[in-house]
Amino acid sequence: MERLNKSKSSNPLGGLLFVLLMLISPLLQAQDMDVPMADVFRAEGKIYVVVAVMLVIFSGLVTYLIYVDRKVSKLEREMRDKDTH
Amino acid sequence: MVLRRDWWKILGVLLVGYTIVAGLVGQVPRLPILNESIRNLYFHVTMWFVMLFLFTISVVSSVAYLTNEKQIWDIRAELAVKVGMVTASLGILTGMIWANYTWGKPWVNDPKLNGAAVSFLGYAAYLILRQSMEDAEKKARIAAVYNIFAFVMMIVFIQILPRLTDSLHPGSGGNPAFSSYDLDQNMRIVFYPAVIGWFILGYWFMSIQVRMRILQQKLNQSQWND
Repeated sequence: MERLNKSKSSNPLGGLLFVLLMLISPLLQAQDMDVPMADVFRAEGKIYVVVAVMLVIFSGLVTYLIYVDRKVSKLEREMRDKDTH
Repeated sequence: MVLRRDWWKILGVLLVGYTIVAGLVGQVPRLPILNESIRNLYFHVTMWFVMLFLFTISVVSSVAYLTNEKQIWDIRAELAVKVGMVTASLGILTGMIWANYTWGKPWVNDPKLNGAAVSFLGYAAYLILRQSMEDAEKKARIAAVYNIFAFVMMIVFIQILPRLTDSLHPGSGGNPAFSSYDLDQNMRIVFYPAVIGWFILGYWFMSIQVRMRILQQKLNQSQWND
């Protein structure tokens, strides 16, 4: 990868080659199976439970954010009405 | 919420929501030491990007204040720093958790980490400086000038100095740790939307704060008039 980086800066053909290689890099990537990853965890499929929980929490926070946003809008309207009267 | 006016808020929520799913389920490179913790890139690094984004808004607002002396720019500059400090704190905390499991210690004396700490203190000084002055115009002008100084120091401390020396932190001089997955397509399609999504959310937080401050000031003025 280091060498590819250098070829990018040296000439335009190298740059083109770099882009092409980058596009197919996921296919070329030799996955090193010796490196421990959460394969078993993922094989059981239960990671989706965590994703679901995180999404629920995130949507709760967003709902609160929308609530505050609307509340501020309401106060802004009230302030405008008060100013015009 | 009006769709025509608030579509960008929906976009931000969708992008961050997508990041939570794709960030946990998507493919990542198998790298030793980092292992699955590589996914922190989507969450830890974005916090710092949001801080940089908000501090940039802040320094631009300060320059705008110095040119036209409109108070709204002073309010924007202050609240962008306040929200940026929140995301910087989250960046430090998440970085300490990540460092504990990859470097073995939550804090190492590293140029990138110490630079971040010094910049954080520099911006804390900005907020203290503001509180130390009574006169609103004088406060706004001095704070704006200090803000430009703090921004330049922050760029030097977290973007320039760590690149000139050796640092454990990726993206710094003599450390190729991230180059192998800087180029990883699978991570890019999660990381870039994450950055944009969090930029939008950060700006949303800031805009709510600005609107509340304006309301508060109007309320104070009407009290004086009554």
